[in-house]
Amino acid sequence: MNWSIAPLALAALLLALAAGTAGAADPLPAIQASAQASGSFKGFSAERGAAFFRAKGSDWSCATCHTLDPRKPGRHTVTGKAIEPMAPGVNPKRLTDVAKVEKWFKRNCRDVLDRECTALEKGDVITYLRSLGR
Amino acid sequence: MTIHRIAIPILAGLAAMGAAEGAQKSPPPPPNPAWQDECGACHLAYPPRFLSANSWQRVMVGLDQHFGTDASIEPAVAKKITAWLVANARKPKAGKPEPVPPPLRITETRWFIGEHDEISAARFTSPAVGSEANCAACHRTADQGNFSEKNIKMPPK
Repeated sequence: MNWSIAPLALAALLLALAAGTAGAADPLPAIQASAQASGSFKGFSAERGAAFFRAKGSDWSCATCHTLDPRKPGRHTVTGKAIEPMAPGVNPKRLTDVAKVEKWFKRNCRDVLDRECTALEKGDVITYLRSLGR
Repeated sequence: MTIHRIAIPILAGLAAMGAAEGAQKSPPPPPNPAWQDECGACHLAYPPRFLSANSWQRVMVGLDQHFGTDASIEPAVAKKITAWLVANARKPKAGKPEPVPPPLRITETRWFIGEHDEISAARFTSPAVGSEANCAACHRTADQGNFSEKNIKMPPK
């Protein structure tokens, strides 16, 4: 071991750790801040989230792939690939990574609705998924 | 130090020659976590050797409209994955010019059609398979990048 590079290696390790955990956070506070910024925000609703989850856009709804019960595994409607349950009650990894949550909302809202979701819609869906037990 | 300076480029050169010679037969390239995560999220992460470099470049610039779905990824990640796909892509055969434009679908490549010409369309769309995209229905070790003929087991009709 070349000890002259040890501080550098340590700094790199700390940076890598920080980068690794940067995404691992609750995505809801930022979404709530964005919803509040748009005016008349009165809180998120699990009921609205549930209705949104089941509502069809042109062809698909969230439930098309994630099923009507997000505690159950889903299936990609085009490729058939298995999708792990969305509800954190049965799959604790869900909704814990800001970048991942934003990436999938962006893609899937455009697939279902041909547009991106609003902050209110995203917050409602997250609230709904978190309201489901095991 | 002097020895290393000479030896490393020579070794790297030899390795590159070996890789080029056995391009179509060599074992799969080392797994790439970003490729596995991003491409493997919705379907089997199709190996780079399934499409040409030109095809991969076309696929990767059109991810926001990827066979009917939005599969867009962060530009920095896309750039890295593209570089890896291109570096490990299928090498065009000498004297066989690539179709223009290069195919986006693996199932439209000459090699795929040739390898699967004895499989009926009905077999591909049967409930157990679903579509030609579902390699693992028959290639039972496809998720490990292994498409060897001896690992093929067709689901019952």
